[in-house]
Amino acid sequence: MTIREIQKILDAKVCCGEELLDREVHTACGSDLMSDVLAFVKDQAVLLTGLCNPQAIRTAEMMDIVCLVFVRSKVPTETMVELARENDLVILSTELAMFPSCGLLYENGLRGGSRI
Amino acid sequence: MSDAIVLKYDVPGDDFTRAGEASSDIKQKLKQMGIPPEAIRKVAISMYEGEINMVIHAHGGQITVEITPEDVDMLLVDHGPGIADISQAMQAGFSTAPEDVRGLGFGAGMGLPNMKKYSDDFSIESEVGVGTTVHMKVRF
Ligand SMILES: Nc1ncnc2c1ncn2[C@@H]1O[C@H](COP(=O)(O)OP(=O)(O)O)[C@@H](O)[C@H]1O
Ligand SMILES: [Mg+2]
Repeated sequence: MTIREIQKILDAKVCCGEELLDREVHTACGSDLMSDVLAFVKDQAVLLTGLCNPQAIRTAEMMDIVCLVFVRSKVPTETMVELARENDLVILSTELAMFPSCGLLYENGLRGGSRI
Repeated sequence: MSDAIVLKYDVPGDDFTRAGEASSDIKQKLKQMGIPPEAIRKVAISMYEGEINMVIHAHGGQITVEITPEDVDMLLVDHGPGIADISQAMQAGFSTAPEDVRGLGFGAGMGLPNMKKYSDDFSIESEVGVGTTVHMKVRF
């Protein structure tokens, strides 16, 4: 699935990374716990989170996450956007909550990582 | 060793928003050096967790990173409160982090386990009232 498809499915606003929307995403993770993300996320992932702070961007950077989706209409600050741009990270913001967001992506064929 | 690059970072203890700057810098340097992505990811995760711990538990500290052609060696030293029971601290899920830190996405008690999991060598020494030293190595 491409980031553009994710954006359409979640009817999300693009906060930054407009030029990177055709990138492929292989796996997804929905979490507000950054240590869990650091422990389990695999390559070329999209991270859905309600945690809207610079550490969400940093975590995405460390894990080479390609796209961050803020659920429940959360929007990044200017500093966060700058940090994301430096790291070629796409940020989307959707009005949907975490559960329906994950559900919609799953329904459209995107899968998460394996069991622990 | 002649081929080693040594980098030193001061991790500020009072500013959670800046936590991760040192790890980010190392990650970029390793990328420029053409180090294999899997090794970079292991360094990034273990160092980032260590950096976060310095900020949330120890009022900051110093990180010294040595990059050689074979590996990355990370030494994290702080003069925070120290850890009374290291084996308890190493358990997945154990955390003394306050509620506000949890609200920031950390404090799930996975930091030390992650550091051990992603580094090839891991050791931790700590003395209550003196500080904590974590030593990690990732081989290419
Ligand atoms: N540098 C440190 N200084 C003092 N205590 C620490 C330090 N690092 C870890 N700890 C202690 O070990 C516990 C577990 O650490 P960790 O696994 O990283 O989980 P978390 O940071 O989410 O609490 C911490 O809650 C804290 O009590
Ligand atoms: Mg921790």
